[in-house]
Amino acid sequence: MEQILKAKAINKKFGDVYACNNLSIELYTGEVVGIVGESGSGKSTLLNCLSGSLVPDGGNITYLDRDNNWLDLLSLPEPRKRNLLRTEWAFVHQNPRDGLRMAVSAGGNIGERLMAIGYRNYSQIRAEATEWIEKVEIDAIRLDDKPSIFSGGMQQRLQIAKNLITKPRLIFMDEPTGGLDVSVQARLLDLIRSLVRELGLSVIIVTHDLAVARFMANRLIVMKNGKIVETGLTDQVLDDPQHSYTQLLVSSILKV
Amino acid sequence: MSNSEEDFNFAYLDEQTKRMIRRALIKAICIPGYQVPFASREMPMPYGWGTGGVQVTAACLQETDVLKVIDQGSDDTTNAVSIRKFFERVTGVKTTENTGKASVIQTRHRIPEQVLSEDQILVYQVPIPEPLRFLEPRETETRVMHALEEYGLMHVKLYEDISINGEISTAYAYPVKVNDRYIMDPSPTPKFDNPKMNFCSAIQLFGAGREQRIYAVPPYTKVISLDFEDYPFEASRAEKTCEICGATNTYLDEVVIDDKGTRMFSCSDSDYCNSQKS
Ligand SMILES: Nc1ncnc2c1ncn2[C@@H]1O[C@H](COP(=O)(O)OP(=O)(O)OP(=O)(O)O)[C@@H](O)[C@H]1O
Ligand SMILES: [Mg+2]
Ligand SMILES: [Zn+2]
Repeated sequence: MEQILKAKAINKKFGDVYACNNLSIELYTGEVVGIVGESGSGKSTLLNCLSGSLVPDGGNITYLDRDNNWLDLLSLPEPRKRNLLRTEWAFVHQNPRDGLRMAVSAGGNIGERLMAIGYRNYSQIRAEATEWIEKVEIDAIRLDDKPSIFSGGMQQRLQIAKNLITKPRLIFMDEPTGGLDVSVQARLLDLIRSLVRELGLSVIIVTHDLAVARFMANRLIVMKNGKIVETGLTDQVLDDPQHSYTQLLVSSILKV
Repeated sequence: MSNSEEDFNFAYLDEQTKRMIRRALIKAICIPGYQVPFASREMPMPYGWGTGGVQVTAACLQETDVLKVIDQGSDDTTNAVSIRKFFERVTGVKTTENTGKASVIQTRHRIPEQVLSEDQILVYQVPIPEPLRFLEPRETETRVMHALEEYGLMHVKLYEDISINGEISTAYAYPVKVNDRYIMDPSPTPKFDNPKMNFCSAIQLFGAGREQRIYAVPPYTKVISLDFEDYPFEASRAEKTCEICGATNTYLDEVVIDDKGTRMFSCSDSDYCNSQKS
């Protein structure tokens, strides 16, 4: 297995708060890495730094693109960065409103990335949008409906279809099932996991829910106060936590 | 000195303002389709009444110009008359209804039917200059989209049109790509007029007063209407004949002609219609 993303010594401060304190992580092709930790530990900040929506104060991030070039993300020109975000990468937000255009139909949302990369045949765009809305288990009859009348779970599925249609290689997710009912959550996670496997995606998923982490991730990074306190294979970390903080996390989830 | 200063200050605007607008116009012409910000001034008419167009016209007019003002193709609607009167008063330039005799034409909602020539300037009154606003309300974001030529969103709008109406139903302000680069809103002209913008001999200037933007299409510039391969752009018009002049190739208005509600189709371009009659 080959690396696809490498981050070294990432720092990000908000005032006096070290949201990311000297963090280094690597992601391998086809691997799902989970970032866990309590609220405020810096998970989202790290994810946003990696995906380019936040500029870290220091550090180095490189990404291996489709053509096998290592790109230095922090010095990458803005047009190329935005292009990556539309083609090779995807970002699934916790709140679907941040990732969808609520005034545009489901089909328009799913097709947007295709049109952005130059698709100019309506029937073709429509056919691919239909294929994808079905792939995320929404009835194709809903293609012309606005996402504002969808349930939370459907909106999240739609966001996933919108992101995956251009077959990205790397996908960032921040609490993709947060705020959903447990049963809806379980079905959505199932769907995400099978799509990730089917498409061979590399994933970084942020969650504070260890059950989600166990279900999704091959490897875990445990964060506390902007630092990585433990990292390892998911089962190892959850079944035999080494750091006292991880032990606390694991025991508290077991009590619930 | 005093003499030349007098010349320069004619047409309502003070010298500084006129210079600022002319600078914006030159920049706009150099970057076809690009929206140039300008410091729009208070004009003696409310926004929505063509203050952007009026400022552009005022910045262009010279004493030897002949001005025509149209609103929806007609020279004698309230809006057109009041703008024409305004310029008669503040400049004393000659005015005309004859498209061929005008050197500057200020318009709202139409491009004249008669083919324009190299020595003419067409000034459009623009309410909303940003074609991407419908889907992306953030100005910061639309500016980046223009800068990086990220125009997928414009097709999302056309996609929505087709999926809702079975065809591209946008009939006015139909988006165009200028000089293979910038996407531009042609102002609320009917899409029937879009092809007239392509390789037009005249200079086309656009002024949006409330939004403080100026943009332009220089003569002989490519202006292409966006579409899909399988839903090609059509410069549609009512499939009727003008009941006044018999024209079959003009943009028609449907007008009520008596109090019984009888309707009639006639050219929206009244000067053209008159010229065909005789
Ligand atoms: N834009 C910001 N301005 C100021 N402080 C911020 C900002 N974003 C994050 N922080 C602070 O940085 C720290 C890490 O926040 P972050 O959102 O990364 O945590 P998190 O692990 O994602 O938490 P949660 O599980 O609640 O989403 C917190 O102390 C937070 O208050
Ligand atoms: Mg967070
Ligand atoms: Zn006629």
